[in-house]
Amino acid sequence: MNNLKKILFSVLASLLIIGNVNASDKIRIGTEGAYPPWNSKDASGKLIGFEVELAWSLCRYMKRQCEIVEQDWDGMIPALLMRKFDAIMAGMSITAERQKTITFSQGYADEVAQLAVMKGSSLEGMDTPSGINLSLGGSDVKKTLKTLTGALAGKTVCVQTATIHQNFLDSGDVGSVNVRTYKTQDEVNLDLAAGRCDAALAAAVAFTDYAEKSGKPVVLVGPTFSGGAFGNGVGVGVRKGGDGAIGERDAQILNDFNKAIEQARKNGDISRIAIKWFGFDASM
Amino acid sequence: MDFELMITSFPKLLNAAVITLKLLSVSLFIGLFIGLLFAILRLNKNIFLNRFAYGYSYVFRGTPLLVQIFIIYFGLGQIEYLRSTFLWVILKEPYWCAIIAFALNTGAYTSEILRSAFQTIKPGLIEAGKSLGISNKIIFYKIQIPIAIRQSLPAYGNEMILMMKGTSLASTVTLMDLTGVAKYIISTTFKPIEVFIVAGSIYLFMTFCIHNVIKFLERKYTFNS
Repeated sequence: MNNLKKILFSVLASLLIIGNVNASDKIRIGTEGAYPPWNSKDASGKLIGFEVELAWSLCRYMKRQCEIVEQDWDGMIPALLMRKFDAIMAGMSITAERQKTITFSQGYADEVAQLAVMKGSSLEGMDTPSGINLSLGGSDVKKTLKTLTGALAGKTVCVQTATIHQNFLDSGDVGSVNVRTYKTQDEVNLDLAAGRCDAALAAAVAFTDYAEKSGKPVVLVGPTFSGGAFGNGVGVGVRKGGDGAIGERDAQILNDFNKAIEQARKNGDISRIAIKWFGFDASM
Repeated sequence: MDFELMITSFPKLLNAAVITLKLLSVSLFIGLFIGLLFAILRLNKNIFLNRFAYGYSYVFRGTPLLVQIFIIYFGLGQIEYLRSTFLWVILKEPYWCAIIAFALNTGAYTSEILRSAFQTIKPGLIEAGKSLGISNKIIFYKIQIPIAIRQSLPAYGNEMILMMKGTSLASTVTLMDLTGVAKYIISTTFKPIEVFIVAGSIYLFMTFCIHNVIKFLERKYTFNS
């Protein structure tokens, strides 16, 4: 009996060790694959985009093996917590809300959010500054939010679910607009073009990319948004490190990413990849 | 396990269940009439009507409900001509798109359920009516329909439960039904297990109610004493 226990224990222990060794070998990075040009898929189903290319670049700096895993956006953070992968690179902005649950590396790129409408919409030609930072506050921001509140009253604004854009509209900063949420940005674009949405809110590049590829007359309106609900740039989402070997591994991954981003920035890699995918330098 | 989240999300989910019930009852109501109409067409001797009814039930039973919703919501929305017609008033709203998809889907299944129920009616019952000199119309309304409805109760109860679960797909076209609100809560709390357990329990309770109503009706309208 005692022997049996010993055997069983050693088998279990070796399984645990094997599991750990395997896990520390390879970093799995989760991305959505449906938010072009940040991350998307080509015709053959291969993951492409700014973050996919950047991820491989960061892995080279970390000198670690990587695997990129696809995950629906609305299950991204739960999947990270359930250890389906070790890091998120999916155009995810660093916000205080998300930092309650996970932690982020330093930001690697700036996501500029803006409203989009179809050409000929009454929302075109709103009198606002070209950009506002919600963290700064001040009379300029207040005035702009008031203009937006008036313009968007009773309008349907479409966003992807669980995004900074939804958080902003739900925050009440622009009054009580009729918010409609979609699983993917593709669906937001479709319904904006179909006329079911009076306006949509997302990363400005997501709209310009769609307008370019589909030929639909989608135009950007109003100010670009940053700060506040929009967070502080896009970073790599990682589990908060905890006790034990697993927690240490998470902390190590965060550390490795921070170092790799630092190096990639210094060598101009982030800028280069950003210009390739966005057409401008969105690195930070 | 975050029990506090389960408690605080319960009233929000219960509120959303009202939308689920609305979607379910409206689409079942419309679907019942569609089903009855197409069951009668299936029994019609006219080969054209018969084939048309068969084709309808074949297409809607042979494709996933999710695909049907997507075709009606995103697909029809792409047709520019449609957007300039009065139909767009209805098709613009996700609520009505979902109702149309659900009603057509449940209508197809209901037509099959009712058709088989009509076919199981013993010819003797209809002959008895005829020999008493009752008109065909009255035989249909007073003998065939009541018996067919009674015969189809168990299968129809099943269809109601399947449809109730099917309404969860409304969340894919932006409706905030029970599943939609559950996903919304998860998107801010990142705790899927707790929220889905509560949402699942509410679905289970609705199944329990439907099941018992059908059981009650079956007992009430039983033939052999």
